[in-house]
Amino acid sequence: MRAAAAQTMRSDASVSRFHPAALIGIPLLAVFLQAFLPVKFHFVSRFDLPLLATIFFAVSRRSQVQGLMTGALIGLLQDSLTTGIPLGLYSLSKTVVGYAASSLSVKIDSESPGSRLLLTFGFFLLHQVVYFSVARGMVRLDHLQWQWQHELIGAVLNAVLAVPLFMALDRLKQRG
Amino acid sequence: MERVISRHRAVSILVVVLFMQVIGLAVQVRRPVEGESVRLIRVWAMSAISPVEKGFIGTGHFFHRIWSGYIYLRGARAENEALKQELERIRLQQIREREDAAQAHRLQALLGFKEQFIAQTLPAQVIGTGAGEQSRVVYLDRGSNDGIKPDMAVVTAGGIVGKVTRVISGSSAQVLLINDQLSGVGAMLEKSRLQGIVSGTSSGSLVLQYVMSDEKVEPGEMVLASGGDRVFPKGVAIGRVKAVNRGPGVFYSIELQPAADLSRLEEVLVITRLEQKLPESEAAGATRASDILAERLPTVPPPAKTDADGNPLPAAGGAKPKPPATGVAGATPQQANSGIAAQPAKQKKPKPAAPDGDAAAPGSQSSNASDQSAAPTAEQSTAGSAQADSVSPKPPKPAPKPKKSATDEKKPQPASPDDRGGAR
Repeated sequence: MRAAAAQTMRSDASVSRFHPAALIGIPLLAVFLQAFLPVKFHFVSRFDLPLLATIFFAVSRRSQVQGLMTGALIGLLQDSLTTGIPLGLYSLSKTVVGYAASSLSVKIDSESPGSRLLLTFGFFLLHQVVYFSVARGMVRLDHLQWQWQHELIGAVLNAVLAVPLFMALDRLKQRG
Repeated sequence: MERVISRHRAVSILVVVLFMQVIGLAVQVRRPVEGESVRLIRVWAMSAISPVEKGFIGTGHFFHRIWSGYIYLRGARAENEALKQELERIRLQQIREREDAAQAHRLQALLGFKEQFIAQTLPAQVIGTGAGEQSRVVYLDRGSNDGIKPDMAVVTAGGIVGKVTRVISGSSAQVLLINDQLSGVGAMLEKSRLQGIVSGTSSGSLVLQYVMSDEKVEPGEMVLASGGDRVFPKGVAIGRVKAVNRGPGVFYSIELQPAADLSRLEEVLVITRLEQKLPESEAAGATRASDILAERLPTVPPPAKTDADGNPLPAAGGAKPKPPATGVAGATPQQANSGIAAQPAKQKKPKPAAPDGDAAAPGSQSSNASDQSAAPTAEQSTAGSAQADSVSPKPPKPAPKPKKSATDEKKPQPASPDDRGGAR
């Protein structure tokens, strides 16, 4: 009983808070950069910056409700800048990722670079699986094709980017 | 029940949110509105993001212009010299090719070919891309205020980029790139003229499909727009054959290297007006294509009539027989300039040309030219002025019109001063 209470206190202590400007600005910036940077640097399209923002806020705030809502809103914003697909595909995928990331962050250490690398790798694949499942199974976007190699490379790239990016974003945390 | 919900509050909210999203997706799938209009949220998002993107692009260009125009001028002098030499070379080449082009257009016009001409273009700046990796679209800083409409072709100097799919606002429009999976461009191979459809793949590469696998396709061959889709003008480059693979069924799956660099698009041209018309030609008056072809085909001069003793008889009308001209005798100045020699129409007229214009090609004369060496082919006649001058037997006279072929056949006229074999 005492151990459980200590665990709860430790978890509560590691919950991070953010300034509202950061909470709104970072997702907006991520979506903007995702749409803008590939014009100049095409390789940026391999990254999913809105997904990284979703994972970061979900694991930092450790709240499942906040995590899923953050994912839903960031996904909807990304949907609005993407065409050829119905609105809601990214939103649904990121909702699932936001919920899963915040749920997992309560149980494991998500602050170390190693765990962030693995978490991002796994959540990228989860995001893609949900996206493709809904796109092909429900929306009938049959032209989409799952390519393992492509997805694995994307997962590795995003995981590698996540480590320094999350470290930089850690500076915006307000411990409370 | 309430206790269960409050206990599993997060899961309950997750289920509700997912349910709402699934319902939203189902509604969109059932009633797709993308074809007719754009979702309001997308309009808002694009309207919000476009000015920021334009600002970034404009600022970047400003500094780039200052850097490249005023500061970083290393090698500019040498580059200037090299460009001047290149310009001279291209001018010479242009002079040579202008004649060929004019000739080709003239014959094409005579054969009734219709071409799609790019009548008007509008330069535009790429200000953004789709936010998803699977969606290969770009956004332009031009919209309905600039006359942009859906289905307008977008190109660069390199080749085809895509087509306008939506006009988002007065100052922004969306372009679907040709390497998107939803894209399709009518295409043909440059040499073999085999036709197919170019589309994108999930990895963003270009594939030419529906070319029969018993045809010969070689890597490196250019793939051009066929014009059949009524969006992209015929002849604009799409890409180059990179690899030829066996596709499904009896077709090839031909990988292409895009002619335009689709990953580095900055400035593009939107084709705002296409005109379908006959190529302009100064010689396209009342002359028929078959007459032109007949004129260009070499012929044997008619044997001089002789009396019983073998002495030549005077020709009808009292004119003396003249030696057959080997230059471009009897041609109008225009014909001479273009290498078309007026010839009698007594010989067999060629069949109407195939739509691909093979009959109009100079090569189609080669079979007749082999046994008749008196008149040169067009290529020979346009080869240079020295030869034409050397074979002009008489002082210049106004050249007769080629239509009066029966008379001309008996009286081949000498070359006029302009009959310099299309001197360049």
